[in-house]
Amino acid sequence: MEVKRERLGPAGAAPGSIRSRPPGAGGERSKSAQRVQSLNAHQLLRGGDLEGANQPAHLEGEELDRYVEERVLTTTLDKTVAWARSNSFFPLGFGLACCAMEQFQTAGPRMDIARFGFEAFRASPRQADLIILAGRVSIKMAPIIRRLYDQMLEPKWAISMGACCSSMGVFNNYALVPADKFMPIDVHVPGCPPRPEALMHGVLKLRKLVQDDPDMGWRERYDAVGTEEHPFDA
Amino acid sequence: MPDATGLELLARELGDAAIETVYFRNRATVVVDAARIRTALATLRGQGYAFLASLHGVDYYPEEPRLGVIYELLDMSRVDRITVKLRVPSDAPQVESVTADWPTADHQEREVYDMFGVVFEGHPDLRRILMPEDYEGHPQRRDFPLGGEPVIFTRDEAKWLEARE
Repeated sequence: MEVKRERLGPAGAAPGSIRSRPPGAGGERSKSAQRVQSLNAHQLLRGGDLEGANQPAHLEGEELDRYVEERVLTTTLDKTVAWARSNSFFPLGFGLACCAMEQFQTAGPRMDIARFGFEAFRASPRQADLIILAGRVSIKMAPIIRRLYDQMLEPKWAISMGACCSSMGVFNNYALVPADKFMPIDVHVPGCPPRPEALMHGVLKLRKLVQDDPDMGWRERYDAVGTEEHPFDA
Repeated sequence: MPDATGLELLARELGDAAIETVYFRNRATVVVDAARIRTALATLRGQGYAFLASLHGVDYYPEEPRLGVIYELLDMSRVDRITVKLRVPSDAPQVESVTADWPTADHQEREVYDMFGVVFEGHPDLRRILMPEDYEGHPQRRDFPLGGEPVIFTRDEAKWLEARE
């Protein structure tokens, strides 16, 4: 099998560079990319004398770049930092009402949140990066929470735990305000109160979100169509 | 609680401040004139009811006088209790504050002011206690709307989307 050697023009990147072109650029897959896709494991990993389809492939230049990009785990700085951040949230557990009871149990022995590394509930907003609003937010409390949220350092995330923060819940009256009205919320955890498992699920969803792999649609994931409560054309 | 006779005797002590007495299910209530609430409570204190347990606000809408304040007095030595009620109209909701004699009335009168709009004259610090300071309206009045956010059920989602366009 003949090995193709492509000569890079001025438009290409220098050989050996990781980001020779942005991933998925344009509609055309370069020949090198297609070739890399078509190589099998033997060709990539083994050297030595093999016959036929298992002859080792020598990659150079742009092909090498594509190979490294697509087949080898490339951790860019962003991904590494996102991985580190997502695995070490410091929650500012802001337990306001009944949901706080379930929040404590998430940190308890049965639903141990320390398994994931989030057991360090900080008391000071300066040291926290995740605020878990657990409970009812009254109109009087809202500016205080906003002030705490503003004191947190970037990057910061917010989880609205329970029905009352997200959508007023059973206490849908003059005294409460949903948390979305005064601060940005990343994950809403439904429930009244949500079980510790549910809060854990919400925190793990946030973790996936931070790792730049937002776990948005379970329906897409499981291909579950036709069971929506009120299907409408969005 | 004082029995029916005891209640009548108490009412006689209060004189013409007592408008009405109610004795129902072993509970005694005396309705007093709003202008003389402080002296009425002082008289009852002399009779042994020395503990103001709580004070409450009521909205009798649409009856006039619309707003009411209810005082629960306890006699700890004789294990006895009596309820004192008063009514004020909503266009003149001033009641003399009893905070000077009964310190527990401090926060509780603030709550009645916040929720019903009864103005307690002579109160050391009459401001809202449950709602924010700049809130308008008195939420526990009967003509105050319930408030809150509209709930969008999934089955109504299509209608909401149409209405928005």
